[in-house]
Amino acid sequence: MRIPFISLSLIAALVALAVPTWAFEVEEHRRFGAEDARTLRILSTTDTELLAPMIDSFLELHPGVAIDYTSATSAEVMKAIMAEEHQFDLALSSAMDLQIKLANDGYTRTHHSDAVDLIPLWASWRNHVFAFSQEPASIVISPAAFAGLEIPRSRQQLISLLRKHPDRFRGRIGTYDVATSGLGYLFATQDARTSESYWRLMEIMGGLKIKLYCCSGDMIESVARGDIAVAYNVLGSYARARKDLATRIEIIEPEDYTNMMLRTAVILQTAEHPKLAGAFIDHLLRAAWDSPELPEYPFHRYPIAELAQNAPFRPIHLGPGLLVFLDHLKRKRFLAEWHSTVQQN
Amino acid sequence: MSDALQTSGSLRRRLTLQLVGSAAFLAMLLFFVVLAFARDVAQQTHDSILLASATSIMDSVSVQADEVTVDIPYAALSMLGNVSDDRVFYRIAMRGQVLTGYQDLPSTSQSVRSGHSAFDTLVYKGDSIRMVTSSRRLSLNGAPADIIISVAQTREGQATQLAQLARSALQLGLGFFLVATVLAFWTAQSSIRPLKQLTEAMSRRGPKDLRPVRRPVPSEMVPLVQSLNQFIARLRVSLSRSEDFIAEAAHRVRTPLATVRAQAEITLLRVDKPENRASLREMIRAIDESSRAAGQLLDHAMVTFRTDSLEREAIDLGDLTRELVDRLHPIAELKDIALTFDGSPLPEISGDQILIQNAVRNILDNAIKYSPYESAIQVSTRQVSHTVLIQVEDEAGGFADMDTDALTQRFIRGKNAAGTIGSGLGLTIAREVVEAHGGALIIETSGSGAGACVSLSFPLA
Repeated sequence: MRIPFISLSLIAALVALAVPTWAFEVEEHRRFGAEDARTLRILSTTDTELLAPMIDSFLELHPGVAIDYTSATSAEVMKAIMAEEHQFDLALSSAMDLQIKLANDGYTRTHHSDAVDLIPLWASWRNHVFAFSQEPASIVISPAAFAGLEIPRSRQQLISLLRKHPDRFRGRIGTYDVATSGLGYLFATQDARTSESYWRLMEIMGGLKIKLYCCSGDMIESVARGDIAVAYNVLGSYARARKDLATRIEIIEPEDYTNMMLRTAVILQTAEHPKLAGAFIDHLLRAAWDSPELPEYPFHRYPIAELAQNAPFRPIHLGPGLLVFLDHLKRKRFLAEWHSTVQQN
Repeated sequence: MSDALQTSGSLRRRLTLQLVGSAAFLAMLLFFVVLAFARDVAQQTHDSILLASATSIMDSVSVQADEVTVDIPYAALSMLGNVSDDRVFYRIAMRGQVLTGYQDLPSTSQSVRSGHSAFDTLVYKGDSIRMVTSSRRLSLNGAPADIIISVAQTREGQATQLAQLARSALQLGLGFFLVATVLAFWTAQSSIRPLKQLTEAMSRRGPKDLRPVRRPVPSEMVPLVQSLNQFIARLRVSLSRSEDFIAEAAHRVRTPLATVRAQAEITLLRVDKPENRASLREMIRAIDESSRAAGQLLDHAMVTFRTDSLEREAIDLGDLTRELVDRLHPIAELKDIALTFDGSPLPEISGDQILIQNAVRNILDNAIKYSPYESAIQVSTRQVSHTVLIQVEDEAGGFADMDTDALTQRFIRGKNAAGTIGSGLGLTIAREVVEAHGGALIIETSGSGAGACVSLSFPLA
């Protein structure tokens, strides 16, 4: 009895030592590199596992540097920075709107370098916010559930399919709960801005008792398990990353349009090592936009030329327009409309 | 030419400076006007976009179930992002209550009536911002409520744009200044050109050229040139009057002198007393001198007259000189002087035969007159490159160290001339004739050093 108790309390003490007590909720905290080295503190919404190879290759290029990597949800990232705890150099986030808000409200620093010149104009804002990935809002389906049906390639095809076979899909459709997920809200607002067919789709899906999820991972697993047949607005990069589920899911990038979320990095105003933070951003930008493609880069690269020619890919524009959806009156209205569309009973 | 005139500055420099000065002033004016204009336009453009943004937000305001709702259009803020990468702030307030947006955004100091807007330049979060404030009156629960919408943007993009505009305006101003400066130099140069041309024409003129100026001149210079011409005319009249007077006087004196000399010769034959004979001889000598002087004055007047309008014909200078030498042979023999001529065939030159004869005779006369008994005078003619030379070499002792210029002035005589009849006009006449033909008179010490060598050089046509 004693030994498990001691080991438990030891573990608790170690955890308490390793993770400082922060006012926000930390998902994971990991340190890369030597203890006594100059430490670049990164606050990120990206899973540690996904970015670890990039961090390792950065540390190889910069000996004598360590990276302190903290991951949290985008809302918690925002909270941590707005509270100005003076602990982070760099914020990486998939919440484009929140990153823009940070830059707009003066929480970030400007950064200039050769790597910045590599990236397309729309992939940065003010030289404060830099995109280092393009991740599509995809539809993930279970091929098994679609047996005997043509796989839909666009929203229109999906709508007519759902109309034709309501019984087959009732209760077997999922999407983000836009009220709790920042990314889900971003995709939904961009959808609503881009096309009226979004509301039609939501109305049909709502009629078929759509299930709401907090995150892409859950939706992907749910599709793989066969719980649901269709997951709408799933982060394509996460679905691609699940190679273990490759046979049980199919990823569709809708041909009418596919919103591209840009994962972005900002150097915080309170950064202790702004130059080092800039170097890390350059490392990410080279991996994302420069050739040759690095094996450790975790995201699929969509060539810039292809983006220009193939109309379906629409990178969400970095700019003050994104602030509109953060307006609480706007958000309130949007959520009310969304709920009334989706929850019909 | 001799007395340096006092100058009161340079017309060209003054003109250039004034033109460049006005160009600089205009360029500066241009720079500031363009800059102010560009700044105005840039500000207006920016303001109109801000206003469009505020208006589109205002259009989204509505009253639903006795509650004010705002549905900010995506374009309202994204349109500002299209102009520049500047930060964007907004606030929507009603009855002093902030409905949404940035709570601490400063308020306009102007009072904005419903349906109107006001623009302010303020400071927010440490940055300069441009803000539009629009107002609209709604009816809420039967009572009026003023909605006030403010949209603001930082001005970094505008500042960058203005810096570019300022650079362009500066380049424009500088370019204007440079072009104007080049034009100023050109203008000054060209307006001074007629004056320069007149000056050149006047200084190119020979010493005897007293023709009036006939070339066309700009109207501003007409009074000056008229005065100049009047002055030249007066000078010419006065000069010719005095030449005429001298010629007339010489002529009048020469004839009675000849009579007096003849009478003196006759008297000399009749008188026996040695002292009387001596004084008569002295008298004859004085008469000779006077008559020679009068002759030379006449010659000079003639030369002056003829050189004004040369009558050119083809002349063989060799023949002309040989003839003169032959004619003077008897006079030379009186003093046992060996007068020799050596001439090779020469090309003809074009000139006034009478004048050149006169010039050569004067030189020969001088040589014979000043040469001692039993000496030699060598006369030669030859061609030296593009000139024909007539050389007279004597053994008369030379002119010591006096130079050609001094010797050829009127009434100046060589240092060894005392005791010989002469007027001091011979060399002057010779020089005037030679120079009228474009040649030169050169006086040197002869090769043997015993006398002088006078060369008349005429250019070949």
